[in-house]
Amino acid sequence: MIGGLFIYNHKGEVLISRVYRDDIGRNAVDAFRVSVIHARHQVRSPVSNIARTSFFHVKRSNVWLAAATRQNVNACMVFEFLYKMCDVMTAYFGKISEENVKNNFVLIYELLDEILDFGYPQNSEPGALKTFITQQGVKSQVQSKEEQSQITSQVTGQIGWRREGIKYRRNELFLDVMESVNLLMSPQGQVLSAHVSGRVVMKSYLSGMPECKFGMNDKIVIDKQGKAGSNDDGAKSGKQSIAIDDCTFHQCVRLSKFDSERSISFIPPDGDYELMRYRTTKDIILPFRVIPLVREVGRTKLEVKVVIKSNFKASLLAQKIEVMIPTPLNTSGVQLICMKGKAKYKASENAIVWKVKRMAGMKESQISAEIELLPTNDKKKWARPPISMNFEVPFAPSGLKVRYLKVFEPKLNYSDHDVIKWVRYIGKSGIYETRC
Amino acid sequence: MTDSKYFTTTKKGEIFELKAELNSDKKEKKKEAVKKVIASMTVGKDVSALFPDVVNCMQTDNLELKKLVYLYLMNYAKSQPDMAIMAVNTFVKDCEDLNPLIRALAVRTMGCIRVDKITEYLCEPLRKCLKDEDPYVRKTAAVCVAKLHDINAQLVEDQGFLDTLKDLISDSNPMVVANAVAALSEIAESHPNSNLLDLNPQTINKLLTALNECTEWGQIFILDCLANYSPRDDRESQSICERVTPRLSHANSAVVLSAVKVLMKFMEMLPKDLDYYGTLLKKLAPPLVTLLSAEPELQYVALRNINLIVQRRPEILKHEMKVFFVKYNDPIYVKLEKLDIMIRLASQANIAQVLAELKEYATEVDVDFVRKAVRAIGRCAIKVEQSAERCVSTLLDLIQTKVNYVVQEAIVVIKDIFRKYPNKYESVIATLCEHLESLDEPEARAAMIWIVGEYAERIDNADELLESFLEGFHDESTQVQLQLLTAIVKLFLKKPTETQELVQQVLSLATQDSDNPDLRDRGYIYWRLLSTDPVAAKEVVLAEKPLISEETDLIEPTLLEELICHIGTLASVYHKPPSAFVEGSRGVQHKRLTSSAGSGESVESPDTGSAAVSEAPPTVIPSQGDLLGDLLNLDLTPPTSTGPPPTTAPGMQLGAMDLLGGGLDSLLGGDIGGSPAMGTGFGAPPAAMPASFNAPISGGLDDLFDLGGGGGLTMGTYIPPKSVWLPAMKAKGLEISGTFVRRSGVIQMEMTLNNKAMSVMSDFAIQFNRNSFGLAPAGPLQILTPISPNQSIEAALPLSTVGPVMKMEPLNNLQVAVKNNIDVFYFSCQYPISMLFLEDGKMERQVFLATWKDIPNENESQFQIKDCHLNSDAASNKLQGSNIFTIAKRTVEGQDMLYQSMKLTNGIWVLAELRVQAGNPNYTISLKCRAPEVSQCVFQNYETVLKN
Repeated sequence: MIGGLFIYNHKGEVLISRVYRDDIGRNAVDAFRVSVIHARHQVRSPVSNIARTSFFHVKRSNVWLAAATRQNVNACMVFEFLYKMCDVMTAYFGKISEENVKNNFVLIYELLDEILDFGYPQNSEPGALKTFITQQGVKSQVQSKEEQSQITSQVTGQIGWRREGIKYRRNELFLDVMESVNLLMSPQGQVLSAHVSGRVVMKSYLSGMPECKFGMNDKIVIDKQGKAGSNDDGAKSGKQSIAIDDCTFHQCVRLSKFDSERSISFIPPDGDYELMRYRTTKDIILPFRVIPLVREVGRTKLEVKVVIKSNFKASLLAQKIEVMIPTPLNTSGVQLICMKGKAKYKASENAIVWKVKRMAGMKESQISAEIELLPTNDKKKWARPPISMNFEVPFAPSGLKVRYLKVFEPKLNYSDHDVIKWVRYIGKSGIYETRC
Repeated sequence: MTDSKYFTTTKKGEIFELKAELNSDKKEKKKEAVKKVIASMTVGKDVSALFPDVVNCMQTDNLELKKLVYLYLMNYAKSQPDMAIMAVNTFVKDCEDLNPLIRALAVRTMGCIRVDKITEYLCEPLRKCLKDEDPYVRKTAAVCVAKLHDINAQLVEDQGFLDTLKDLISDSNPMVVANAVAALSEIAESHPNSNLLDLNPQTINKLLTALNECTEWGQIFILDCLANYSPRDDRESQSICERVTPRLSHANSAVVLSAVKVLMKFMEMLPKDLDYYGTLLKKLAPPLVTLLSAEPELQYVALRNINLIVQRRPEILKHEMKVFFVKYNDPIYVKLEKLDIMIRLASQANIAQVLAELKEYATEVDVDFVRKAVRAIGRCAIKVEQSAERCVSTLLDLIQTKVNYVVQEAIVVIKDIFRKYPNKYESVIATLCEHLESLDEPEARAAMIWIVGEYAERIDNADELLESFLEGFHDESTQVQLQLLTAIVKLFLKKPTETQELVQQVLSLATQDSDNPDLRDRGYIYWRLLSTDPVAAKEVVLAEKPLISEETDLIEPTLLEELICHIGTLASVYHKPPSAFVEGSRGVQHKRLTSSAGSGESVESPDTGSAAVSEAPPTVIPSQGDLLGDLLNLDLTPPTSTGPPPTTAPGMQLGAMDLLGGGLDSLLGGDIGGSPAMGTGFGAPPAAMPASFNAPISGGLDDLFDLGGGGGLTMGTYIPPKSVWLPAMKAKGLEISGTFVRRSGVIQMEMTLNNKAMSVMSDFAIQFNRNSFGLAPAGPLQILTPISPNQSIEAALPLSTVGPVMKMEPLNNLQVAVKNNIDVFYFSCQYPISMLFLEDGKMERQVFLATWKDIPNENESQFQIKDCHLNSDAASNKLQGSNIFTIAKRTVEGQDMLYQSMKLTNGIWVLAELRVQAGNPNYTISLKCRAPEVSQCVFQNYETVLKN
């Protein structure tokens, strides 16, 4: 199991050091600094074995988090734990930075004592932790006995992510379907790989212990219902259903029920959380098509023309469109002409950045550039990195639709109809690249 | 208010100031001071001097302050054990506190203080806490048992905590169950045979129930524990799999990967024709692909594991090639791993796509990645035959880019392609030669030189090319030097007329001017080979080479099996067994997959199989598989017999003679009249050698033979027990153990071949290297049926003694090569020399006397045999069973003198005088022989026969 946990700033100074196992000594702290943070070459693996001690490391802004062990631990678990720890810290004091870590070091030690025992991760749900680890340590003293046992049963219990007795005057929930669409396209316009990775993010303000049921146009469910229900109904909705390659759920979702009935039921945590993640690869709507044209004119000149086409309903608007066109390292000057938006050559990024604020569907726009090059004797050809794109669209490129989200709370007197529900679809570019 | 200010106090006299503050009356000030202490501790300053002052702050109502003091205690208690005792009272009191959080905190902290005296006081509170009404306290106490076990294992056992911990597996609270499982698993690891985690269907059922209810971390503990269970039959296996599969949809990748581990392991038990088996295979692919959209560090762990899974069950991901395409912004460690998997998944169906991608990667920036991409193209060519041509042309395109490291990498892989597809792509050699100048890496230079040497007849200026390398011979790396030597010898054998000078030059460079033994040895071998028999040299040097295959970069099957059992852990990241990087006893047990072979019978526990292997270590194996030995047989022919070779220079003659002198002559020739040729001396083959005697014999038949052959007075030949000659680890899962027997004049090698790999083995063949007594198989190895996994088969191989001869060290060493459909394996073993004692080894008395006198005294050697309690008659009887015949017996002053003789298959006589004194367990033996080299062996044989 995890033998020790260290947090460093970018200079390699220790901010937090907590040792859980006897086999990790103080020298381990220095070993990591010397061999990883101060290493001359960038370390090429997130797991480093230094003097028979293995270090798992992640970096958040300028802060390094490292877990050390001398045993054959579950590597996946250690990384998951490090991410979880970042989540917990963010939930307590916001961004993870050197300043924030220093400002909260007592709190961090307290958290580390709680969420890791002898190197074994324990309950690390921020919601539950916040009930008894507070920055005002005195609070724990004035709790009544009931309160205490309520805390412990929540921390250890089946529903460790929600406490009882939550009350809201207005029962409300917000549901965001956030998708990022990823594409790798050949210069000829052939799709090399494309997938959507989506998340269903919720914000729930519901009283009591509500039982929720979430439904979407999952092909498997729709087909099943289509068979059972009337024919034309199945055919109608069948068209709009989507094939989900795989999905994963927040720990509140009853997985065995999903496995057997493919229904998503759960008691939600209070506040913000990510209900599910999913991935689709079939019938993806690719919101933009990028058509590059690069011509080398002699050794010192390059002509680039890039056309972008928006490929969705004309009534919808895409936003924050950004096209990054890489340029060779020996670029000396760039002339740009674009039909829409603004374009600039950024020498520091070795790229032309073309920004368009808004663009409606079924439109087309283009940019052309003349790039002047300095003559070099470098034999190696320019690697031609792909043209990448960023954008935001108000629909789900996978075609996912929320069919329902039902809320039942048998003990309190509010029904599904009383809950105010908001649903929003946001499609964003993930890694959206076209080779040129 | 912020805490960062505590980090900035660095002035002198700090400790003194802190001391004052710690003893202040004001609570706030105290707390501030403790915070400062902790901050100093974090940055590595020694604040142990403040121990008593900090411990004094422990008695407080303020929980935050208390936790800080505890943190300090955990760090420094070990350095101040006596003062740490001061804290015990507070701990004990806190364990009785009304607030469960405080009770748990106390027991948790106490377990972290590794001081004996404190540990003693821990037992009582811990016992109470294990039965606490509050689950939070119980789950903390469960882990505390593991902590205590780490400090003092005996104490934990004596106090009966292990039983209490076992009871917690049935606790009503899922988190208590999970922590108890984690603690028990850890304790069980340090007691491999304790059966502590007594996994039976009932407990498994409890674990599976808790699995649905506990936290994500708890699910991981439980799944990792489940993976160690061996289901009794395929039905149980299936029902566990069914209850584990829902975990594949968990958001936590570690839960997913641990579930994959359980499924991969239990799948082995399922019959392949089962519908469920197919369903399960299909269910595994999507979650594995989903892992690739996690954070890069997790992707890396996932990819390392997928690499293993793909090798074990390629069918799972065979359609998912695209997800392993490299993204421009992937971190380098993800890119490199993806590349590996792409090659593993490459097949005829997707090769076009893969090649297009690889070509794209070869133009990227990162040097390592580009190199690996180029190498990958070569591996594709070797793996998918249909793509070879396209790969070669892609590689040629890349060579045209003239990027130095791309060219070099391409040449290295093209060499492999030549080896896989001889006589197909040699037309590209001209292009390769153009780039000769730019090669500066040893591997690429060596590869190029190999190509020039191998195809010297097609390259007009091969001699010039090689000569150009020769100029800086001593500055080259060994790899290049060796290759250059071989290449020039090849060139010489192909174009002898023009290249004499060149070959002479390289031979003298290698043998005289180099201090590298490998290089010198190889130089001498070639030199002698060329000078002795150029025709043979041609056969040896230009022999057809075995084709290389793609399997070379696969993980060895037994290791792969073990790693599959460690999916998700560090072992699977490093691709090494835990024993390779974990110190001490922890986690060093080898795990193995249990397959469906014995679904009806009780299944072997995962550990026993490998334990058996390690118990019987292989017998002495000196100089494994010394193939070069073959080439050294020059000693047998006098160096003058062949005409002087054209290239022989005086200096060389000298060098060669040195090595040729001495040697075996006395052994081989001495006894048979000093004739330098050995042919006659090796006598006729053993009289009775039934040719049909080579089918595998069952045990029963064996016994009969024994009775028939060795009846009467003799007590039967001593047969050494079988020992492992070739361990499975070294031979891709084939284990060979065996022994030698001599029955009615026939020498037999009896072997047990055990298939410990996962695939069927067939097409067995066996060959011996030349050895001291010319042992050779008298017929082919008769293994008629293929050996399926986990099956073992007995084979008996009759041996003749008319094979080629070469002196071995030790004399009775035998080097064996066994071939099967997988590979060729080499091992060596030693046979008892009594195998070679002939049945007609009884000398006439007179002859004995004359011979004894005739052999010079310096050939006599004396040995002691200790602790032998047989009387002289019994000894004589026993020895006769091994064809050591007693010719006369004399008794002088209570001492029996036995005169004995034996005759070796090559006609050498050995005479012996064995002195046995009644009441003295130590025998003295004198051996006389014209070839004194055998004495040592004969003596050893006496010892083994007499003592068994």
